[in-house]
Amino acid sequence: MLGSTAGLPPATLSLAYLVAAVLFILGLRALTHPRTARRGNLLSAAGMVVAVGVTLLWFEILSPVVLFAGLLVGAALGAWLATSVDTTDMPQLVGLFNGFGGGASALVAGAELVTRLGPTGTATLPVETTTAAAVTGLVGGVTFWGSLVAAGKLQGYVEDPLKYPGEDALKAAFLAVAVIAGGALVTGIDLPGALATATWVPSYWVLVAAASVLGILLVVPIGGADMPVVIALLNACSGLAAAATGFALDNSVLIVAGTLVGASGLILTVVMCESMNRSLTNVLFGGYGTGAPGEDAP
Amino acid sequence: MGFVENLTLFVLAAFVGYEVITKIPATLHTPLISGTNAISGITLIGAVVVAGAGHSTLATVLGFLAVVMATTNVVGGYLVSHRMLERFRGRED
Repeated sequence: MLGSTAGLPPATLSLAYLVAAVLFILGLRALTHPRTARRGNLLSAAGMVVAVGVTLLWFEILSPVVLFAGLLVGAALGAWLATSVDTTDMPQLVGLFNGFGGGASALVAGAELVTRLGPTGTATLPVETTTAAAVTGLVGGVTFWGSLVAAGKLQGYVEDPLKYPGEDALKAAFLAVAVIAGGALVTGIDLPGALATATWVPSYWVLVAAASVLGILLVVPIGGADMPVVIALLNACSGLAAAATGFALDNSVLIVAGTLVGASGLILTVVMCESMNRSLTNVLFGGYGTGAPGEDAP
Repeated sequence: MGFVENLTLFVLAAFVGYEVITKIPATLHTPLISGTNAISGITLIGAVVVAGAGHSTLATVLGFLAVVMATTNVVGGYLVSHRMLERFRGRED
């Protein structure tokens, strides 16, 4: 894990992360009942305060101005957006916030790669780290841009599904670019030309760029009425991106909290599709399936 | 921690996340997405670590942007969930 530690006893960090993980689980459970939902949100927020607080205390902070400026700007922006939005516009705001979470994960994995890059490039990093970073870049890029498009559709810009010939081939092409760049990142092979000697890990950013285009291409053909399901799925994706970041940084609470969101978000997506009598594939790709129910609900 | 320990956490947390979601009333779908979205802002921890470490200019710039985005996700996510859930206040099912 990055950064050296300050003066706290070694087990404190892990114990605080355990407390945070328990608060997230209790909060999530309480969120599923109308009577306890408010308390659930507060429990989960308490877990976040514990996790972030202990992280701020624990790691040696060499650039406090940058860090606290970032926290201040983000808190002000989030608080302003959340308190000023009309109730009817809340779903698209959730979509926007969700995109920010996925984008942040992609940036964290990129910063970690840039920081830990050895003398012979990514080949010197453990394969778990580069693989986790590649997954974060792919899922994070798709989540960020996909969520922005979904939020835009809910807001009422270009609501209609945009269909065009060769749609699937185009998506497949960008997925292929992302997979090839991810392969180059994991195996430590340099990209050709001027990118070969760069210290900013070009293969990772090529992967993120391809994933970003893919995120836009995936959501653009879906109609505005299906956006709540798309945002539910992208929410699961941002959880998965956070969990993958946890693997890259070797951080337990990132893995637990991210995976909780990923798994519960996926089930919620399926439940939402079933309540509309559609399958997830039908919502995402249209055409396929004939409104038959998706997977079995728990 | 090693990869296998991390994988253990991942698999067990996936089961917990799956089990928690059962019979959600439709009125709670959007608040639940919003509430879990705020939890996924946990990536703020990673952002804090990389931004605070200040290893290189590029890593610091990336870390700063990540902190801004993740903090927006966390603070905005919990606040907007709280506002959505206001209408469930004192309601007994």
